[in-house]
Amino acid sequence: MPTYQLDALGALGDPTRRAIFELLAARPRAVGELASELPVSRPAVSQHLKVLKEVALVTDSAEGTRRLYRVDPRGVHALRDYLDQLWDNALAAFAAAVEEERE
Amino acid sequence: MTTGTQHLSVTKSITVNASRDRAFSVFTAKFFTWWPASHHIGEAEMADAVIEPHQGGRWYERGVDGVECDWGRVLAYAPPDRIVLSWHLQGDWSYDPDPAKASEVEVTFVGEAPDRTRVELTHRHIERHDEHEKVRAGVDSPNGWAGILTVYAEAVT
Repeated sequence: MPTYQLDALGALGDPTRRAIFELLAARPRAVGELASELPVSRPAVSQHLKVLKEVALVTDSAEGTRRLYRVDPRGVHALRDYLDQLWDNALAAFAAAVEEERE
Repeated sequence: MTTGTQHLSVTKSITVNASRDRAFSVFTAKFFTWWPASHHIGEAEMADAVIEPHQGGRWYERGVDGVECDWGRVLAYAPPDRIVLSWHLQGDWSYDPDPAKASEVEVTFVGEAPDRTRVELTHRHIERHDEHEKVRAGVDSPNGWAGILTVYAEAVT
């Protein structure tokens, strides 16, 4: 999905969403915790979390009776995908260099 | 907790019409001749990229301005069988000297015929690159965050 990163940048353009993201980067938190640390209502926090989830910056999971939000680990997966592509290109160029030297 | 980031690796294989000796030598001694020139970390364009031919050696680029930037270390150097390099470049092509945050690239050269060699490459422990910390540190800086997203964009397009 090539639009992810643009959406993610857009999502972080909002100061409240960025504050939420920074808090979650420090450690996972529940909606209530986020609301108590920020000057916004709980429904507003929920709305922001929904947006952050849509652009894959944040993920959530049930922990007992609570729902915990955390930073989505896909950042490191994106790095893997990037290296996958990079080595494809690099090895193709390497093979060409080997063959060229032969001539 | 399942993060799904355990033991991330990339495995590639390519067969070249060359002896193991030559395949190894082009990969290492002539690294600069084939490495994609756009992928470097120095401010200036690359003048050279070097894998020093011994264990413990440096793996680095030299810019046209003479500045040298490390990429990692030579962890094993066993011509013409195998080379292992550490990769200290983070998602935004910055260098992190911390070995705990470096991944590893192992390349083995398998002879299939006197003039045919299969080159197997594994880039492993990618999960050690802690992108979260980088995001946290860089979220206020357009460069930091945009750097990660830019490489991501390249990967998906």
